[in-house]
Amino acid sequence: MVRAARLGVGGRSHVADRVLLWLTTLAVVIILAMLGLIVGNVIIGGARTLSWEFISQSPRDGMTAGGVFPAIFGTVALTVLMTIGAVPAGVATALYLTEYASPRSRLARLIRVCIANLAGVPSVVFGLFGLGFFVSTVGGAIDRHLYGGDMTYGKPALVWASLTLAILTLPVVVVATEEALRAVPREMREVSLALGATKLQTIVRVVLPQATSGILTGGILAVSRGAGEVAPIMFTGAAYFLPFLPTHPNDQFMNLGYHVYVLATQSPDIDRTKPLLYGTVLVLLLLTFMLNLTAMTIRTRARKRARTHD
Amino acid sequence: MNELVANVTVSGTHDASVIRPRRLVRRPRILEVAAETAIKGVALLSILAVLLILVFVGKEALPVLTSAEVHNEVTLGGLFLPHAQAGFMWQPVSNEPKYNIVPLFLGTLKVTFVALLFAVPLGVAAALFVSEFAGKRFREIIKPAIELLAGVPSVVIGFFALVVLASWVQRAFGTEHRLNSVVAGIALAVAVCPIVFSVSEDALRAVPKSYRSAALALGSTKSQVTLRIVIPAAAPGIAAAIVLGFGRAIGETMIVVLATGNAAIFDASLERSTRTVTATIAQELGEVVVGSAHYHVLFALGALLFLSTLVVNLGAERIVGRMRRRLGGTS
Repeated sequence: MVRAARLGVGGRSHVADRVLLWLTTLAVVIILAMLGLIVGNVIIGGARTLSWEFISQSPRDGMTAGGVFPAIFGTVALTVLMTIGAVPAGVATALYLTEYASPRSRLARLIRVCIANLAGVPSVVFGLFGLGFFVSTVGGAIDRHLYGGDMTYGKPALVWASLTLAILTLPVVVVATEEALRAVPREMREVSLALGATKLQTIVRVVLPQATSGILTGGILAVSRGAGEVAPIMFTGAAYFLPFLPTHPNDQFMNLGYHVYVLATQSPDIDRTKPLLYGTVLVLLLLTFMLNLTAMTIRTRARKRARTHD
Repeated sequence: MNELVANVTVSGTHDASVIRPRRLVRRPRILEVAAETAIKGVALLSILAVLLILVFVGKEALPVLTSAEVHNEVTLGGLFLPHAQAGFMWQPVSNEPKYNIVPLFLGTLKVTFVALLFAVPLGVAAALFVSEFAGKRFREIIKPAIELLAGVPSVVIGFFALVVLASWVQRAFGTEHRLNSVVAGIALAVAVCPIVFSVSEDALRAVPKSYRSAALALGSTKSQVTLRIVIPAAAPGIAAAIVLGFGRAIGETMIVVLATGNAAIFDASLERSTRTVTATIAQELGEVVVGSAHYHVLFALGALLFLSTLVVNLGAERIVGRMRRRLGGTS
């Protein structure tokens, strides 16, 4: 196409062509530079702090020394629980939309609208919702009926933060799974049905195995998103500092992103915490980048394979 | 047998009943029905989630309209109209609490304005580069890189703005406050840019190749094709990208918490500290007494935010849907 333009008759407009090319290139360069600046600054600032001790120890001396192990542990626990909620629900939703609902189904359209809206709800609103629904309403009801009014689940807790994040990341799983399901050739379903398999057998043994990498991509992207969110967990379970690791679903937990926020805003001595702050940011950034890169690699491979099928 | 296969192909996946495979193999039908019901039930969760958010954020916000107890501290007018002495002031923790939310919305709009000022030209131009100029290899580097940028947690961007960007901006412009709308806006642009980019790029890619070929064949130059054919055809999608970017910007929390300075000052200046709606909720909800007027006002802020993003998202979706139908019919 570019070559066609160069051959074009309107020779006097070549300047405009070049200006447009340069302007758009500049935009790309600026965007990539932003990424490079942030990542570079965090790596340079955090590399000195990052060590085995930093990853494996607890904070000490009013969070001015020590490591971030409890925050890493809490983030992992949070996202694992979140995944248990979000991935099955997201996959089932995608299955309904692609395999069961008819293309003209109004219900399916409504579900799509809701998924798109969930993806656009501000994360702090999820925090309000988690507090108002999970912590106060659901947790409060559990306490009244099962624990005789003792405050057991009616307070910020790991399980409530995880469920809040599960709803927040549901659209990520649905979108990735749907893409994968749509990439499964229709003929495969037809052959399976023609051979006498039922619809459920076709889905479980033919469609889903083909879509595994897409589901995996969605799950990993959801984990990456969930690991970086702070606003939804601030009121639903995250703690400034805990002297113990969470072992029960109703424990509070520390979290990398929240730890960054706490160190950046509540520290009594910013100069002493700055290395720790940089170190924590680096750990968080490495974690999300590794997850994102893994998801992208899996997806690229799956897409290539799908293309060779056609 | 041939007939059977042909029949299946014609009927497609959604209507396998033509050959009644279940009867052929005598599978228990109940499992099929149960699975379909279960899957459909789970799929309804997303609708339920939106409703629950609406109900439970709304429920805690409602006392602002109805509760006499809340009205002792703040009336509906007090949320929007200036206070007799203090003017437009948000000062919930004081002897005489003031809950005027106008400065908070002004703060949100100021920061959003700066963010879009940077993010829209950058995102749209980058999308143009990828869809109109870049070769396949370039595209396969740029798109994942921008996706990676979208994956940077907002608290990390906020941290960068607080520690690094704020110093740069202050050194460059000599601003009075180190943290201000410009710093927060630029940081917010980093988060908004990927959305503007990806939605615009989708829109540009949806413009049929035949449009470009036809224009080129008629003797247009590349820039004429881009500016007079491709951009007008994709304009609704680009508008949707801007709208979605706006929605993301007003809802973003951690970046503005860290980078605005959080002073609820009522003025139009971009170089002074400011406080947004989201940052107010994030910082004050943790310390507020559950059920107090302050608590309900914070939920009311959240409800307003939720409704605005709902409108923004539905609007953007309509625009994109209409454009796809139009372009789809002609490609």
